[in-house]
Amino acid sequence: MNTLSDGKTPARRTSRFARRKWINRVALTLSFIAMIFGVFWLMWILWETILLGFAGLSFSLFTQSTPPPNDAGGLANALFGSFMMVTLATFIGAPIGVLSGIYLAEYHPRGWLAVTVRFVNDLLLSAPSIVIGLFVYAVIVIRFRQFSGWAGAVALSLIVIPVVIRTTENMLALIPSSLREAAYALGAPKWKVIIHVTLNAARAGVITGILLAVARISGETAPLLFTALNNQFWTSDLSGPTANLPVTIFQFAMSPYENWQQLAWAGVFLITLAVLGLNILARLLSRRK
Amino acid sequence: MILPNIMLDTQTNAPPPVKMSVCNLDFYYGKFHALKNINLDIPANRVTAFIGPSGCGKSTLLRAFNRMYELYPDQRATGEILLDGENLLTSKQDVALIRARIGMVFQKPTPFPMSIFDNIAFGVKLFENLSQIDLEERVEWALKKAALWDEIKDKLSQSGASLSGGQQQRLCIARCIAIRPELLLLDEPCSALDPISTARIEELIAELKKDYTVVIVTHNMQQAARVSDHTAYMYLGDLVEFGETEQMFFKPNRRETEDYITGRFG
Repeated sequence: MNTLSDGKTPARRTSRFARRKWINRVALTLSFIAMIFGVFWLMWILWETILLGFAGLSFSLFTQSTPPPNDAGGLANALFGSFMMVTLATFIGAPIGVLSGIYLAEYHPRGWLAVTVRFVNDLLLSAPSIVIGLFVYAVIVIRFRQFSGWAGAVALSLIVIPVVIRTTENMLALIPSSLREAAYALGAPKWKVIIHVTLNAARAGVITGILLAVARISGETAPLLFTALNNQFWTSDLSGPTANLPVTIFQFAMSPYENWQQLAWAGVFLITLAVLGLNILARLLSRRK
Repeated sequence: MILPNIMLDTQTNAPPPVKMSVCNLDFYYGKFHALKNINLDIPANRVTAFIGPSGCGKSTLLRAFNRMYELYPDQRATGEILLDGENLLTSKQDVALIRARIGMVFQKPTPFPMSIFDNIAFGVKLFENLSQIDLEERVEWALKKAALWDEIKDKLSQSGASLSGGQQQRLCIARCIAIRPELLLLDEPCSALDPISTARIEELIAELKKDYTVVIVTHNMQQAARVSDHTAYMYLGDLVEFGETEQMFFKPNRRETEDYITGRFG
């Protein structure tokens, strides 16, 4: 303060300040360019999807099954099949993931079992989904000599589990230990502390993790290619090949038939919309916290 | 504010009965010897304050009383902590039942992620199967005891986190006394609060000692002088001196105590 009392700033200080401002401006510009670069592709993808997908949207999309080439039809069977398998996979994967996450965060976080599980889970988390598809193909599809919706759901649940384990563990680890101690100090048993206090406090984050896992599997193609395969017809029986959106898009988009390509784009539009919706929901949930 | 008027009856009457007795207590964090052969008697229906510089073991001692340290595998205690004559460290009783008899309030307010009502009902429901009416009555009783009822009686269904810091801390005290413990452990309960909230908590402590035995850890010497009947001065894991607050502050027996209390410590 004393050096400034004559109303003039020392030259050494102004030059350092100017340098700092300059570095700040460069860093800001670089991060702005990086942001534009990322958003540009995202916007382009969204724009193309909307442009091409919107044209294919119609009521029959939701009422009719996939058509033969050059015929009218919809995606009802694929939508229904995807819905069933994603729901089933979530109901298999989310409880396993949440419970494992609780074990890792609340029970023996530094025990050998937790360390091993965490390591294996990280491997599973970064495993390419085609590996998971092939694994379920070898273990279930070959054994029962049958492509099936059940196998598809199992493959998808194997993708859900590591995502949910990781988010659950991380969210529980964020809960301050003083909150746990306060509950223990009242004489609460461990399971009540976890259910009513820690898990309750981390609820928004845990649900967000599950929603993001659902968003992730709703577009997965590779695991379904080897397991649920696809089905041209409406079926609610998961013990045979089951129609689903990603594989239908895969097949239709590469076909030479214009109506199939149109349906593929409509399917892409619907998946994008669903993933967008799930992400927004997840964002809202974590913000309310 | 509260003056130590209690000295009168401790001097004229017989010494108060002992609520908790600590004998030859040693405490370890892994290999670190944090408490060294602690011996003291905590009198019933009195406020006992633990003072001393950071890291001297005040909080450690408090956390040994309700076996909170057991949550962490590398911490252990040896010796005896007798609550009404029963050794808590070797007790066959479930640790949850012991903790129900010894309430604890922490440095930072820790409202649970639930409504104000449920914050208090949570602990009550662990041990008692009350009807809804009895439960509501108990919640009201606890909130009145903690001098919080008038401020929040119309918003019991709001989240506990929506209260101010001072209110949250009184909520934590209410939650504690709702399960009717015998002993209250307060671990720097005012360190995160402004002077007005602090004064309210101190008034509350004076009120609470009619029904409970209170042990308070504090960094604030004036607070110890204001609220407590007995004071223990700790330094580097040793209990240096323990006595009636008035004597500790006005004519301590040990030179170290005097240096710390007068600020000549160093």
